[in-house]
Amino acid sequence: MYLRHGAFSYLPDLTDDEIALQVRHALDNGWPVSIEHTDDPHPRNVYWEMWGLPLFDLVEPDGVMVEINACRSTFPNHYVRVLAYDARLGRQTTALSFLVQRPAVEPDVELTRAEGGGRAQVYGVRTVAPSGEHSGG
Amino acid sequence: MAVAEKEEQNRWDPGVHSYASMGYYDADYVPKDTDVLAVFRVTPQKGVDPIEAAAAVAGESSTATWTVVWTDRLTANTHYQAKAYRVEDVPGRPGEYFAYIAYDIDLFEEGSIANLTSSIIGNVFGFKPLTALRLEDMRIPVAYVKTFQGPAHGIVMEREHLNKYGRPLLGATIKPKLGLSARNYGRVVYEACRGGLDFTKDDENINSQPFMRWRDRFLYCMEGVNRAMAETGEIKGHYLNVTAGSMEEMYERAELAKELGSVVVMIDLTIGYTAMQSMATWARRNGVLLHLHRAGHSTYTRQKTHGVSFRVISKWCRLIGVDHIHAGTVIGKLEGDPATTRGFYDTLREDHVPANPANGIFFDQDWASMPGVMPVASGGIHAGQMHQLLDLFGDDVVLQFGGGTIGHPMGIAAGAEANRVALEAVVKARNEGRDLLREGPDVLRRAAERCRPLEAALATWGDVTFEYTSTDAPDAVPTPSY
Repeated sequence: MYLRHGAFSYLPDLTDDEIALQVRHALDNGWPVSIEHTDDPHPRNVYWEMWGLPLFDLVEPDGVMVEINACRSTFPNHYVRVLAYDARLGRQTTALSFLVQRPAVEPDVELTRAEGGGRAQVYGVRTVAPSGEHSGG
Repeated sequence: MAVAEKEEQNRWDPGVHSYASMGYYDADYVPKDTDVLAVFRVTPQKGVDPIEAAAAVAGESSTATWTVVWTDRLTANTHYQAKAYRVEDVPGRPGEYFAYIAYDIDLFEEGSIANLTSSIIGNVFGFKPLTALRLEDMRIPVAYVKTFQGPAHGIVMEREHLNKYGRPLLGATIKPKLGLSARNYGRVVYEACRGGLDFTKDDENINSQPFMRWRDRFLYCMEGVNRAMAETGEIKGHYLNVTAGSMEEMYERAELAKELGSVVVMIDLTIGYTAMQSMATWARRNGVLLHLHRAGHSTYTRQKTHGVSFRVISKWCRLIGVDHIHAGTVIGKLEGDPATTRGFYDTLREDHVPANPANGIFFDQDWASMPGVMPVASGGIHAGQMHQLLDLFGDDVVLQFGGGTIGHPMGIAAGAEANRVALEAVVKARNEGRDLLREGPDVLRRAAERCRPLEAALATWGDVTFEYTSTDAPDAVPTPSY
């Protein structure tokens, strides 16, 4: 499966220069940036592993880029995402999230079915090892 | 009305008095922070004094009847009387007046839009001395705001539930509106969701007709939604319209939608305010987003001399507690002056909305942390307008492309992909600091070089616009041009 996740997953993978521009946009808005990674692309997997704490009080993207690269080289086969957080009253939530790395071979998300009553299906999705064919991308 | 000869009368003499003389006009009244405020556009019949017309509106929407009744004297009547406290000419519209009226909060039942509206727009709109009447805006005091549930989830919770941040959401209404079988209908849901949309949507008049019964539609739509989630790894939803002839029927449909795992259900404005409040309660209790289609609203929101402005309907719907509401596109096929529409969006999304006559907002409105409603822009918009839509509405909006997805020459999934690529390209460009209105077309063209579906969409619809004069533009100041 070619994972669609974050704000730019239908565009070609962002270059490091493009990532730095997005990070600058976040910092200019006063949004601290954090980095997270996972090997499980399940759509309900909310809590990816944190790569350290959110990077508060930065003004330049360089420090973020250093951490992104450290996370990438430690977990070359994980998804890595950047999140920008808006702590303003009334928001207090993520303002922007986008992928900065995807594994060379991505897992699949499989649809499971069980027969329910009255022709209904009981659906589930689960992450499974890659089948070898990419359905998207 | 026999006005002049009565003015010397005692307030309590039997018979007909002017409303103004009975206390329904008070130029010295200073509204309290807890008062409900309303501003009406009043068009009196020829020969009717505007102040008396304003007082009559205050009277007929609060305690008065056409003649003096002694039973008023059993009450603290001046407390319960609404007071017209300001009457102004409408600039550039001879014969029309803005009448500001204050209502004590004690006039209204807590947490009931039905009760609020039965007073404010109850009898008074048919009142003979007026040729027309329009409720332009209301200030809901915080004390009354706090008696309502508000949005079942709100914008922030919706984003966290869907796990989607930093861009508008995308949707499409399944077309044709009527006639598809459930199996064919679910196919459109599947194709649009797998192609890149976040949501698909039932149309307002898809309920449970002979060609497609509701339960069959729900089953096939959820097949499409779940298939698309597995293919993309993204959460998807289809607004299952549960609008029906009775609450019992709506609850039954909503329960099945929940059991099937739908993240969202939908209702139409035509079900009425109380039914909407009941569904908002259900939606919060069950963790299902609530989408509202404003079916029927133009019958009373569009003409500026008579009816209720949509900015008022927006306020009521935020109090009622829907999570989504259609609020206009400006550039699409349906009515929508840019400044007026901006006023609707502010009313739905912001926590504090300052008075802004240029956008038709007459009063400061404090929402006291009540979550925002996600506005939905739908009707005659396409990928070639993506930069304008993002510039107009920002991130917290659902952009819905029905024809612009399903009518794509390469198929529905390609139409969805074209919209998603266009959206992400303009969001990325905006964040990079580029000027969307100037550079947007270039951003889209460059994105299309790497996306054939977007290239085809721009070739098919790139030049389509709907440029007509809006009927509902603010009159408080000259209408800005966009």
